[in-house]
Amino acid sequence: MFGSARGSVRDVVFVDGVRTPFGKAKGVYAETRADDLIVRVIRELLRRNPSLPPERVDEVAIAATTQIGDQGLTIGRIAGVLAGLPESVPGYAVDRMCAGAVTAVTTTASSIAVGAYDVAVAGGVEHMGRHPMGEGADLNPRFVAERLVDPAALVMGSTAENVHDRYPAITRARADAYALASQEKVAKAYANGQIQPDLVPMAARHADSGWELVTADEPPRPTTTLAGLAELRTPFRPHGRVTAGNSAGINDGATGCLLAAVEVAAELGLPAKMTLVGYGFAGVAPEVMGVGPIPSTQKALARTGLTIDDIGLFELNEAFAVQVLAFLDHFGIADDDPRVNRYGGAIALGHPLASSGVRLMTQLARQFAEHPEVRYGLTAMCVGLGMGATTVWENPHHDAAGNSAATGGTATATATS
Amino acid sequence: MTTEVTLDYPDEVVTAAHARYVTLPEAAGPVALITLDNGHDHTRPSTFGPAGLRALLAAVAEIETHDPPVAAVAVTGKPFIFSVGADLGFRSSITEANRVRPSLDALGRLGHEAFARLASGRLGGRRVPTFALVNGAALGGGLELALHCDYRALSAGIPALAFPEVFLGLVPAWGGTQLLPNLIGAEAAVSVIIDNALSQNRTLRGSKAFDLGIGDVLLEPADFLEEALAWVGRVLRGEIDPAAERRPVQRGAAWADAVARGRALADAKLHGAAPAAYRALDLIALAETADRDSGFAAETQALADLSVSDELAAGLYAFDLVQKRAKRPVGGPDPALARPVTKVGVVGAGLMAAQLALVFAHRLEVPVVLTDIDAERLDAGVANVHREIDNLLLRQRITADQANRYKANVTGSLTKDAFADADLVIEAVFEDLAVKQAVFAELEAMVAPTTVLLTNTSALSVTEMAARLTHPERVAGLHFFNSVSVLPLVEVVRAARTDDATIATTLAVARKLKKDAVLVADAPAFVVNRLLTRFLGEVLGAAEQGAPIEQVDHALDPLGLPMSPLVLLSLVGPPVALHVAETLHATFPDRFRAPTSLARLVEAGRGSVYTTSPDDTQIVDPAAAAALRSAAQPPTGAHPPTATEVREAALRALAEEIHLMLAEKIVAEAADIDLCMILGAGWPFHLGGITPYLDRTGISEAVTGERFAPPGVATPPR
Repeated sequence: MFGSARGSVRDVVFVDGVRTPFGKAKGVYAETRADDLIVRVIRELLRRNPSLPPERVDEVAIAATTQIGDQGLTIGRIAGVLAGLPESVPGYAVDRMCAGAVTAVTTTASSIAVGAYDVAVAGGVEHMGRHPMGEGADLNPRFVAERLVDPAALVMGSTAENVHDRYPAITRARADAYALASQEKVAKAYANGQIQPDLVPMAARHADSGWELVTADEPPRPTTTLAGLAELRTPFRPHGRVTAGNSAGINDGATGCLLAAVEVAAELGLPAKMTLVGYGFAGVAPEVMGVGPIPSTQKALARTGLTIDDIGLFELNEAFAVQVLAFLDHFGIADDDPRVNRYGGAIALGHPLASSGVRLMTQLARQFAEHPEVRYGLTAMCVGLGMGATTVWENPHHDAAGNSAATGGTATATATS
Repeated sequence: MTTEVTLDYPDEVVTAAHARYVTLPEAAGPVALITLDNGHDHTRPSTFGPAGLRALLAAVAEIETHDPPVAAVAVTGKPFIFSVGADLGFRSSITEANRVRPSLDALGRLGHEAFARLASGRLGGRRVPTFALVNGAALGGGLELALHCDYRALSAGIPALAFPEVFLGLVPAWGGTQLLPNLIGAEAAVSVIIDNALSQNRTLRGSKAFDLGIGDVLLEPADFLEEALAWVGRVLRGEIDPAAERRPVQRGAAWADAVARGRALADAKLHGAAPAAYRALDLIALAETADRDSGFAAETQALADLSVSDELAAGLYAFDLVQKRAKRPVGGPDPALARPVTKVGVVGAGLMAAQLALVFAHRLEVPVVLTDIDAERLDAGVANVHREIDNLLLRQRITADQANRYKANVTGSLTKDAFADADLVIEAVFEDLAVKQAVFAELEAMVAPTTVLLTNTSALSVTEMAARLTHPERVAGLHFFNSVSVLPLVEVVRAARTDDATIATTLAVARKLKKDAVLVADAPAFVVNRLLTRFLGEVLGAAEQGAPIEQVDHALDPLGLPMSPLVLLSLVGPPVALHVAETLHATFPDRFRAPTSLARLVEAGRGSVYTTSPDDTQIVDPAAAAALRSAAQPPTGAHPPTATEVREAALRALAEEIHLMLAEKIVAEAADIDLCMILGAGWPFHLGGITPYLDRTGISEAVTGERFAPPGVATPPR
């Protein structure tokens, strides 16, 4: 095994995370390339961490759901070259649809843990305006012929309606109320300056009106009201429950983070904003993909020796209000529990598919700093074709951080090396 | 004051000035960001015509009324392009002679007004700082707009930053001559405005421009605009003061020395033949002490004066030739007919053959085989090419891997069967028709019927060379100029039976070799050598008649040619020149005199008319001078021609010869002659090659009864 982790695995820390402001499809980034978005993020990560020599980056793993055009040809390598990283720094592309960036993080973190890497860049980009979900896909006809999945499984809004069917207690009214709260929390977080520090301003060109500097997310609608939400159409089903108001939109954006082995971060003078405790991925029926985070979270908790009660902060991706509510109901958490999505979520901020996972982590990291009394937090999200992805993190600002058997790396560090 | 004119320019591709407002942390207000964008991609760079300048004024007017009031004004460009300056088409669009000067005067003033309005930062009684965020190419007026601003950020990705005005026959007249020396000093300003412009229009990359002090900060291109705006924020918050970091400008003697150096440079290149460089130097001299208004007014005056100059008309014409006509040879067949060339043969291993092998190996990146019957000469030839490849590596023009590849690709063979699978074979053997015919006959037995056979002959008939072949249709001429790597021209010779596919292939190869091709008919010495020989004949004739060598050699100085005729002779080499001259004399004995003096020079073994004296100065070699003088004394009573007479005779000879060449349809048009002389002999833009000069001096009409082009084409409208 790799010498640096022989007989053990190493703790992995989340050093820093940034993202571009998110845009509405056909909005601010209508004429901006996807690769330029992720390049900007990578450069900003290095700029914010000047003590990291760029050649010390061992991997650039970038996720995109639709890996064609400006998101194609191994976006992780392309982005590293365009960002001006040394040519010795390799890169690759990751795809697990909405959990792309999460997978980039867990995969590179695992490589760090076993000693294959010291430092990695992980992130994601999705320009849904340029690349609508499913663009260029060629589904095997067996899916239909053998009824491998419900036809609704490929239309995300329909899967959300299906989740409503499964959990009759989750009404449209609850979903709308949750959506309104998300908008309000985002507006409040912006007012408190809690979102802006993790954004990197992005210049966006418009051929007919010139360059603009995008410094804030485009999707939030701070004037949203319950009455307004109630009037929205339900495009996926007549008299349904899922609307544009209680779902995330079609968005463009990029995210990225720096991960490092804890001792390498110390060596290089890099901050440790979170420590990875564990993660879990799980599959569910594709036609109710929204419930995916429930089993993935169960798996992550089981394997880290934690319970849901140990988790002090939740960053849940809000692809649809209903799937968040299903998660909360399952774990017995109130719709308005203050531990959940303190800065709001994707319903207001937007959900550029493969990039969203790192946004959750970056926000969790900031909340860890604000709440040293919280020891553990998690991010979770549902994934198309029926999956869930959960990551569990420890707050280094907590007094007991690193002491408990719950942090995998520390637990096994007692083994002889 | 001059006549008021309306600045109409219906064909202007208008560069819009889009204003948007950017929020920067802790700035006192939004920053107005103007994007210059003509609506096309980077292949059609943004320029300033009258409507574009008015758009800039309108953008500033809009910014002035913005609420909340802006804290700063910044200007940038569309991707890859900041602005490449004034729209050259504007001057050419004016066909009425009496409108040229007032129109250019008005455009000069409008440009000053627009740039000053934007860059002064005076908005409704307030003064805000102004920034140029130079994201890409910045030429002429584009660079001037940046210089007007208080601060400049440069992208390290800027491919070209320059003042090409003097190269064309203008001066930077929207502030450049006044602002640049006061920013970076007169010495560096002379380098940018004079030296670079007169050195084949050399341009600066972003990093070099930054080193000269043109920018306050140099930022990487990947996220240039975002980081430039972040830098604007730091300036606005008072965290940095770029102006305080600038190197102080040296005045007084240093300024005068710089201007004097500029004059010496201009004299060496132009001998006073074209006014623009001298006007620019006067303006740089003025800039040391002049206040802005009077300096700018002097620029406008110079622009108006030069706008009606013969040299500008010729310069714009020449620029159009090298930018457009050189890229699409007139009379060329459908490029789709070109056949692929995957292996090249070079017959011969001498100096020229080695130069050809190098350029083919480097640019086509295919195997190149040299052949020679002499093993020693062959080895030396291949070694010579390999050495040149190493030189390219040493100069970092190619990578080590490329050097390995090219050297592996360049081989030698004692037999021509190595050409069996070549798609193209070029011969560079001794200039003798029978020898070349024999080479081609031998080649035909080895190669495929479609293999293109080229000759690099400088004077022999390509048609006769191909006459005895089974497939004469695949023979053409590809005439390079010495030195192959420097001069951009190739003459592509269509012989009597050459087919379109052969010409298309040859033109395609020329393009890949990064050469500009002109299609010429198969006539002795083609274009450049025929004209240079005719011209040289007049100069040598004067020497034969007893005129002092230095006087005849400098008789052409007022034209501002890149070198005098006898210096050119030493560069070409007297034996080559003699060969061409003999061929032309044999064909046209009435116009090309017998090159007896040249023959004597060759016989005397002299490679040059000049030699170096013990005190290290260039002097006429007495032995060469004696060789050039005729044994026969000039007729009694006749006096040796004066310099003026030599010059007039040479120019009249050129006019006559070009007229005949056009009648013989050697090239499609007079423009092709000019293109050949510009690219193949380095003749200057201010002459427009040569025919615009012959037209504007009345020589063409006096000699041939007609002009080469009507007024307004390459000369000012009349």
